[in-house]
Amino acid sequence: MRRRAAYVLPAVALATAVVVAWELYVDLGGVDPFLLPAPHSVAGELWNSGGYLWQNFTVTAEEVLLGLALSLAVGFVAAVVIHLSPLARRAIYPHAVGSQAVPIAVFAPMLAFWWGFGIFPKLVVIALICFFPIVVTTVDALAAVDPEQLDLMRTLDAPRLRAFRLAELPSALPGALSGARIALAVGVIGAYIAESQTPTSGTYTGLGREINADLASDSTARAYAAALVLFLFAIACFYSLGLVERRLAPWTRRHRGELH
Amino acid sequence: MPAPPPSRLSAPSERSSGASASAPALEVERIAHTYRDRSGREVRALENLWLTVSKGEVVALVGPSGCGKSTLLKLICQLTSPDAGTLRGEPAVLMFQRDLLLPWLHALDNAALALRAAGRSRGSARAAARPLFAELGLDGFEQARPDELSGGMRQRVAFARTLLSGKPLLCLDEPFGALDAITRMQMQSWLEAALLHRPRTVVLVTHDVEEAVLLADRVAVLSPRPGTVLAELEIPLARPRARTDPLVAELRERALRALGLDAARAGATGTAGIAGAAGAGTAGVAGAAGAGGERSPGPAASVRGGGGVHPAGLARR
Repeated sequence: MRRRAAYVLPAVALATAVVVAWELYVDLGGVDPFLLPAPHSVAGELWNSGGYLWQNFTVTAEEVLLGLALSLAVGFVAAVVIHLSPLARRAIYPHAVGSQAVPIAVFAPMLAFWWGFGIFPKLVVIALICFFPIVVTTVDALAAVDPEQLDLMRTLDAPRLRAFRLAELPSALPGALSGARIALAVGVIGAYIAESQTPTSGTYTGLGREINADLASDSTARAYAAALVLFLFAIACFYSLGLVERRLAPWTRRHRGELH
Repeated sequence: MPAPPPSRLSAPSERSSGASASAPALEVERIAHTYRDRSGREVRALENLWLTVSKGEVVALVGPSGCGKSTLLKLICQLTSPDAGTLRGEPAVLMFQRDLLLPWLHALDNAALALRAAGRSRGSARAAARPLFAELGLDGFEQARPDELSGGMRQRVAFARTLLSGKPLLCLDEPFGALDAITRMQMQSWLEAALLHRPRTVVLVTHDVEEAVLLADRVAVLSPRPGTVLAELEIPLARPRARTDPLVAELRERALRALGLDAARAGATGTAGIAGAAGAGTAGVAGAAGAGGERSPGPAASVRGGGGVHPAGLARR
């Protein structure tokens, strides 16, 4: 218990300090609450609009998690292909880099044209944004495999693909997972962009759309409450993926434990 | 008492041209190898190297660091190819200096990796690896993760993996080089016992001359880079060998002398008959067969007719 508290306490203390400073700044600095609502009014919105925020949150959370899963699947396969084939590396890598710079708004109408108002075009947007960190970390992890390990597989007469499956693939798993952790953070932003840029139908349209609507109707406090939900969601996902990594790749954790 | 492998009883005559019943397990002729180091300079690792290894023989390669010993093993195991010369021989497997155990596999699966690499299923590979674990003193450690094993145990698992590859020629690259002195001594006895139980043809690279004398039937002394065989020394002692045996000390000293390192205890000659029999102990031209006969009538001794003069003698230098 003490150890767990020691891990959580610093973050809580920092958050408290920021909230206190923010509250004082709004109360004493004479800031227009439509520009920057005070923490207590954000908390009030969180309480009053809890059900509404929750409904929108589930929409966004589904988009983020499914989009991340999609980009993990596609990104991992792309990384493997890039790793195994220099030709594929030359063909794919520059485009993966360039795709990061393209504003989604440019082709968001096409996504809606192809796939309509449902969730899928949003998943594509999120996957496009998450794809890059996953590919880069996985390619790097695959390239970092000890060359002697590959010599070992050769002296044991393993064919190339079997050597890959037995030796390289598992060792690249932690890299892919840390890529996923980075991707998660940008994936939440990706969900906001996706909701903003692609048309949606339905009662609850996600926190991104809600934030835009609230800002347009001067419900700034609720927009902040929605942002706070996204903030907490990203933290929860990040550490959940850490737990997944512990389960799937316990050897890395043990190694790190030794360094403490 | 384990019986000696049959192939040892009929040592091939050197450089026999005909394909006799016991063709050498390995023939290395005029090998040269150059590689580029990290700064792009060409390094001549090996030059004009000859080596013949008979079936069932344990040959130790000793030499100064950087003399191309590891390169030679990689050539033998076809992990790289020579610039010049020829290599003929049986399929060879390399045991690296580092154990290279996969951290996500437990010990049994790490040993069984050799079989899985060959396409066996996980279950059948495990089943085949399990008996070897008991034999190599690893029983009870099947489920241990590599980071739970000591350095010596890790090397045992790596050796089990090497054996399970099923290849007749084992190339061991300083297998105990990273271990502390006491563990290394234990592992040397362990390897000696393991090889008595399952005789294999072995090329053992080591920087430890005592290890070479304890484990090998023949010690080949390599020159500094570019490496070539300076001298060969028969070790016609019965097994198991004792570190404290004066003959071991004597042969060790001769190997050191061949390396250009005069042993401190130069006066030790004459403690046993071997020095006299060998004629002042010029390494490489040892009359070792005679000494061996005198010393060890036991069947486990490797008495090779013709003794120590090999194609890669001093003259070639």
